[in-house]
Amino acid sequence: MEYMPPFEVLKPSTIDEAVALHGQTPEARFLAGGTDIIPNIRRGIVAPGALIELSGIAEMQEITQTEDGGLNIGAGVTLAQLETDPRIAAAYPAIAKAASEVAANSHRNVGTLGGNLCLDTRCVYYNQSEWWRSSNDYCLKHRGEICHVAPKSKRCFAAFSGDVAPTLMIMDATVDLAGPNGRRTIALPDLYQADGAAHLLIGKDEILTAVTLPPNDGWATGYAKVRVRVSIDFPLAGIAIALKRDGEKLKAIKIAVTGLDSQPITLAGADALANHPFDDALLQSLEGLLPKQIQPMTSTLTPPGYRRRVSGNLIKALAKELFATAG
Amino acid sequence: MEKSILRLTLNGRERADAVDGNVLLIDYIREIAGLTGTKMGCDGGECGACTVLVDGEPRLACISLAASAEGHDVETIESLAEGTRLSALQKSFHQKLGSQCGFCTPGMIMASEGLLRKNPDPSVEEIRTGLSGNICRCTGYVKIIESVQDAAERKAEGDAA
Ligand SMILES: Cc1cc2nc3c(=O)[nH]c(=O)nc-3n(C[C@H](O)[C@H](O)[C@H](O)COP(=O)(O)OP(=O)(O)OC[C@H]3O[C@@H](n4cnc5c(N)ncnc54)[C@H](O)[C@@H]3O)c2cc1C
Ligand code: SF4
Ligand code: FES
Ligand code: FES
Repeated sequence: MEYMPPFEVLKPSTIDEAVALHGQTPEARFLAGGTDIIPNIRRGIVAPGALIELSGIAEMQEITQTEDGGLNIGAGVTLAQLETDPRIAAAYPAIAKAASEVAANSHRNVGTLGGNLCLDTRCVYYNQSEWWRSSNDYCLKHRGEICHVAPKSKRCFAAFSGDVAPTLMIMDATVDLAGPNGRRTIALPDLYQADGAAHLLIGKDEILTAVTLPPNDGWATGYAKVRVRVSIDFPLAGIAIALKRDGEKLKAIKIAVTGLDSQPITLAGADALANHPFDDALLQSLEGLLPKQIQPMTSTLTPPGYRRRVSGNLIKALAKELFATAG
Repeated sequence: MEKSILRLTLNGRERADAVDGNVLLIDYIREIAGLTGTKMGCDGGECGACTVLVDGEPRLACISLAASAEGHDVETIESLAEGTRLSALQKSFHQKLGSQCGFCTPGMIMASEGLLRKNPDPSVEEIRTGLSGNICRCTGYVKIIESVQDAAERKAEGDAA
């Protein structure tokens, strides 16, 4: 049998019960689809005292219309559901597209929205077996002293590589959290910080229960991704754009990116480009937003320079495509 | 750590086994149920060799816990043949050379089985998407896609078994 650290599996049926169970077993981790955490357990990166399985919590598995006409999506909704739900396809096609490009269908059948947003960061020195990492003296993110990507750095640069987050950020999504101190709602970007070893700003005892999307008031949205193997791979760069068109002018644009830093990032400065003619100069300015705001490092086999260039090109190509289709 | 009783349906038969919480579904299938057709090809979710069906949907048994299959319906490659009569997919993979060394084949066939149940007449693109999590080091995939197409035709002609 495969070596696995000892743990038991707890199966709550409500959010409150899950929070209470975590209180009793503080070293427990939450288990959704398991497509990220179980490989990490198998590789000796995570050794949970217990796993609290969230898939039995009915209130986290639903997609419901909100009063203002937006959507509330339970964190336990699978990527396969996001990919095929007609309400999402109609109002938020970028989300459906991003979900459809995560891993393979056998992962998407179980992988969840919550797990995608709380995905661990990734690095070639980290997503390796125990013997591989131990023979390399581990690294800053787990058990080690130094970062092999940036040896002088005190920070880990492992990349956040979830596809769905930027497509929610361009729609100003909020996330609902439940923990021992009660419930709270935060803007999605406030879930993250730029530290690959501690990129999530929620407590280990907090559950992400749902994502709320305001109604889409006329944004054309899309998602584009570059990866090594098109059939199945994490993003080397992922770009989500929402834009509005006014004749030959760009009326407004929002851009968020993934895979290019330890957190997904909404690019600042895009508002200043509103009401500009949609020409080559504008496309250059859109691309120009990137360099200072992202920090891809040698955490992938593909060099950071490539990820910088390709993400600029993705922004231009996706903006053009959306502008052509926008009303 | 206490073992708990795991109840599930495996290849149509209800079972109850005492299983630790940390046991992977693939280890349950291979070591506890003794069905070694399902293969382990990687250290976590990368290759598809371990694909089984859970409630009819393709699942990777190497990144699923046995405990998560509690109360569900699990099907492995052993469920397809009836005695010595191969299923349509098994015949097609055999005759169209969809299998060479054979290591990826149980996973390929179970992923294809999940696909054909939902979509009996898939396009090449749909077959590619359905098998995108399954890696083969031998065939180059062309023969695999032909095998799935051949099985779809076989099934349409009523050669279900
Ligand atoms: C071969 C392979 C390829 C992949 N390719 C991609 C890809 O291209 N793009 C991509 O984005 N992902 C990819 N993934 C990663 C993964 O499949 C997805 O990100 C998936 O959405 C993770 O969801 P899950 O439910 O399986 O998460 P789990 O593994 O169950 O959980 C992931 C983490 O989130 C925590 N968590 C889960 N749910 C909650 C919650 N509700 N509240 C608080 N914490 C929670 C868990 O404790 C764990 O730390 C890939 C994985 C593999 C194995
Ligand atoms: S970026 Fe550095 S510290 Fe972080 S996982 Fe990679 S090698 Fe380790
Ligand atoms: S053995 Fe399960 S995906 Fe490789
Ligand atoms: S037949 Fe050898 S790996 Fe596919």
